[in-house]
Amino acid sequence: MNVGQNKVMDLKEAISTFVKPGCHLSVGGFTINRNPMAAVYEIIRQKIGDIHLYVHSNGQATDELIGGGCISKLEIAYGGNGKFASTCIRFRKAVQEGSIEVEDYTNYQMTLRFLAGSMGVPFLPTRSSLGSDIINKWGFSKEIRKKSPKIPDEKLMELENPFTGWTDTEKVVLVPAINPDVTIIHVQKADQSGNCRIEGLTFADVEQAKSARHLLVTCEELCDNDELKTDSNQNQIPFIHVDAVIHVPNGAYPTACFNHYDYDPRYLHLYAKHAKDDEIYKEYLDKYILGPQTHNALLDLMDTAHMEGIKADPRTGYAANLDRS
Amino acid sequence: MEYTLKEMMTIIAAREISNQDIVFCGTGISMLAAMAAKKINAPESVIFFETGAIDSKLEEIPMAVGDSRVMYHTSANGGLLDSFATMQNKITGDHVVGILGAAQIDKFGNLNSTVIGDYQRPKIRFSGSGGGCDVASFVSKSLIFMQQEKRKFVKKLDYLTSPGYLDGPNGRKNAGLPSGGPSMVITNMGTMRFDDRTREMYLSGCYPGITPEQILEKMEFTVDISRAKEEAPPTPKELQLLREECDPQRLIL
Repeated sequence: MNVGQNKVMDLKEAISTFVKPGCHLSVGGFTINRNPMAAVYEIIRQKIGDIHLYVHSNGQATDELIGGGCISKLEIAYGGNGKFASTCIRFRKAVQEGSIEVEDYTNYQMTLRFLAGSMGVPFLPTRSSLGSDIINKWGFSKEIRKKSPKIPDEKLMELENPFTGWTDTEKVVLVPAINPDVTIIHVQKADQSGNCRIEGLTFADVEQAKSARHLLVTCEELCDNDELKTDSNQNQIPFIHVDAVIHVPNGAYPTACFNHYDYDPRYLHLYAKHAKDDEIYKEYLDKYILGPQTHNALLDLMDTAHMEGIKADPRTGYAANLDRS
Repeated sequence: MEYTLKEMMTIIAAREISNQDIVFCGTGISMLAAMAAKKINAPESVIFFETGAIDSKLEEIPMAVGDSRVMYHTSANGGLLDSFATMQNKITGDHVVGILGAAQIDKFGNLNSTVIGDYQRPKIRFSGSGGGCDVASFVSKSLIFMQQEKRKFVKKLDYLTSPGYLDGPNGRKNAGLPSGGPSMVITNMGTMRFDDRTREMYLSGCYPGITPEQILEKMEFTVDISRAKEEAPPTPKELQLLREECDPQRLIL
């Protein structure tokens, strides 16, 4: 957080300043929508490793961070990319090979964990997952948890309802709060001080943002402070949470950004094809991530007509009639 | 009229949805079934997504629950907190019908979408619960899509991701879950429901040309087949609405 008024920064500098090796990181968005991809690619370029990542349902960002060798531990509810990959490919490989450790929760549980973090409480209750292996099977053992001061000793706990029988509930599951070192989100509009206006669905970005010690925001449009302070009920994140504002048009590409552009089916299919094989994945990394030194340089690899094709129709917010086969 | 198995499965699920239902749907055939129900037999049913969108127009079929296509022309665009609360809220939750899929199912309708093999070092890693476990924990009725294969209909799940009836009629109560649970399994060969008393799966329907024995061959456990009837195939009207208005580009069908 930073209560200052001017936080505009360059992406390289923002990442090197705030994303440290071994940090606890959270990225926003949901599967193939509004993932902070420009920031993710910069993390891979800077070879920042041993990251402990928290997400709910992700997605392109998670799979690329794992593929880029940045992640050592992952807490997640869903590692999939809709119809593009029912299970994220590098995520599946890494878990099967034992190169990352993973802890499973449900989508609601991960959301409540971030909410707890943003509320300053140690946990929140839910009835989700009673009777399931989400409770019985832990990815991080008690030993690992005890050793690390940044991971709670318990994955979750069952508790008898202390308000006995109230709302016909006998038992609840308590899920521990998350306070990431850094959260990174991509938004449609932000101003120089960091006020954010997300359009379409917010997913759990707001909870992820407010629970973090440091928040980096990449934005499609860098607006005037006065513009965002009009109709401010449309703003979800006030500037005080934000450490850096980075103007990155197409910053969610190849995922979608409502009202700006759709996901790029061609890129997502290309990625899936390369991700299946370690050798050709290296070629993908070299050509698309490590080669281009900036997000714009990656975008320059795509022809203009193709990028026009995924631009959002102003009426619908997505690219109507886009060929998604 | 000719129809594919996917079309059959979609229509059978759609028929289970009624006008009072608020339908939670996932990616793919689940979403298609909800859209088909709205066009065909339950125009007042309401579709909502775990990403926070409710009553989306769905002019084009979304490829994921996070697709921008779910955000267009909604009653409210919220986030995950809103959608899961809707499902677990005691008043609205009663109206919610979930449509789920999984890698494995057992005879009590418990689902596995997490791993095959040991959780710590699995042979195969799947996507995980997502909102599946949240739905299964809560909603009064869920429909489950499964491919009819022996390795999917198992005696014991490798990992129990989403609770069905757990271990029998008192399973959910003993675990502290609200009553509710799966009402129907829809596969590419037939349908199953769950016995009112024992909560065990039984064969409720076979698709035209399929016998109960053929279905039993594709299951690791045996179920009662005495109640199996032939499932009515999709009508021309149902097929037309499904093909022309729900998925004209055949992205899912």
